[in-house]
Amino acid sequence: MTETMVTTGTTTGSGGSRVLGAVTLLGLATLLLFAFGLTEPDVRLHPTTGEEIGQFDAVRLLYLHVPLAVFTYVAFVLCAVASAGYLVRRTPWFDTMAHAAAEVGTVFCGLVLVTGSIWGRPVWNTWWEWGDVRLMTTLVLFLMFTGYLALRRATVDPRAAALRGAVVALVAVLDLPLVNRSVEWWENRTLHQKSTLGELKIQDLTLFTLMLGFLVFGLVLAWLLLHRFRVGWLEREDAEHGVATAIAERRAAIDGGDVDAAVGEDA
Amino acid sequence: MSRFLADARLVAAKDLRIEARSRVVLNQVAPFALLVLVLFGFALDADQRTLRAFAPGLFWVAVLLCALLAIQRSVSVEQADGALTGLRLSGMSPAALFIGKASAVFVQLVVLEVLLTAGIIVLYGSEVAQPLLVVATGLLAAVAVACTGTLYGALASGLGVRETLLPILLLPVLAPVLIGATRAFDDALGSAAVDGWAWLGLLAVFAVVATAGGALAYGALVEE
Repeated sequence: MTETMVTTGTTTGSGGSRVLGAVTLLGLATLLLFAFGLTEPDVRLHPTTGEEIGQFDAVRLLYLHVPLAVFTYVAFVLCAVASAGYLVRRTPWFDTMAHAAAEVGTVFCGLVLVTGSIWGRPVWNTWWEWGDVRLMTTLVLFLMFTGYLALRRATVDPRAAALRGAVVALVAVLDLPLVNRSVEWWENRTLHQKSTLGELKIQDLTLFTLMLGFLVFGLVLAWLLLHRFRVGWLEREDAEHGVATAIAERRAAIDGGDVDAAVGEDA
Repeated sequence: MSRFLADARLVAAKDLRIEARSRVVLNQVAPFALLVLVLFGFALDADQRTLRAFAPGLFWVAVLLCALLAIQRSVSVEQADGALTGLRLSGMSPAALFIGKASAVFVQLVVLEVLLTAGIIVLYGSEVAQPLLVVATGLLAAVAVACTGTLYGALASGLGVRETLLPILLLPVLAPVLIGATRAFDDALGSAAVDGWAWLGLLAVFAVVATAGGALAYGALVEE
């Protein structure tokens, strides 16, 4: 699989990925139109007082927030699976995939936290809720994968980076249930919607927009992953190619009798 | 098995002997631990009621900060003169090496915890309501921190940015330990009505996973 991959040229795009990109962008525009324009704000009447209650316009953020959150976890699970694959098979394909998934997942995770916080301000009347299990788990996850990316960036040797990254990703995923349990017992109460879908007035348009959100963010994830994977692959090839070229140049210099050039200027 | 334990004991004894002779943890980390307690006092306006109420959390944050230093030290003694290569060539199993290194960190952490416990009793006026719970929490949390820290120390070892990288890698992973140990101390020091023994279960699970996972992964990391 690895040998047949096209890695020449100056772009990570291909015919297929351009179509995917165009569909994704179109999908995003449509989603924004539905989420922020065509759907109604969440307004309900209080059963006894008759007051207007609900999430009002803030509900529109959920069309982005919920799919983003789901695909954050998809990306991190993908990273963990690829990391486990790397530890078993030790092939660059798994490592490049794990790195790509972690990076895209971290961006998604950051967006989940930001959109959730903006949504929480009007609805929960707070930017941040310490006792909430999902908030805290997602934040810890975000911090762990920030560390993962920092570790990969700091490790020069690509094999060491792959191995260490794989261990960190697996530890993060193993640790996650413990973080989740501990925060749950910690406060034993949660503001987070048990099921967002259940509480909202699910009309046809609301449900459609939410499903569209899942579809569109699935495409965004796939598109970003594809390109990030190809960038990672090119980076790796470049590193290997660079060393091979340098060795070939030195060999050529020695064969040509230019020993000074072969051992460097200082010699 | 006896070979395994003997190897682990050798490595632990080596690290503790280095510590006994260099006194880095005793002369630098231990005073730092007390300093952190004093800094919390300054930051919280030296109100002993506040300090006593938050003593469990402050105690465990101080332990984690000191643990970072102890782990850095544990990694750096293997960096000098290619010591780790020597250990790898000695024929010991990497798991024994891991258990040995983690045990040495564990012993140092327990000493620091004893010191910090005395610190919160004297400085914050905390009272130990359940000594057994304090001891059990201290030991289990020290196992969890020592094993996770030794594994992550190996992950960050050999990197120029180890000192700055280790905290960001290690501290989020230790979040459950901080929460669990703080809650257990809340009960043991009588600062909140929670079931501290239930939290020990979480700490125990973490400690077992960290020990087993660390022993498994350490080999791959030091032999890369």
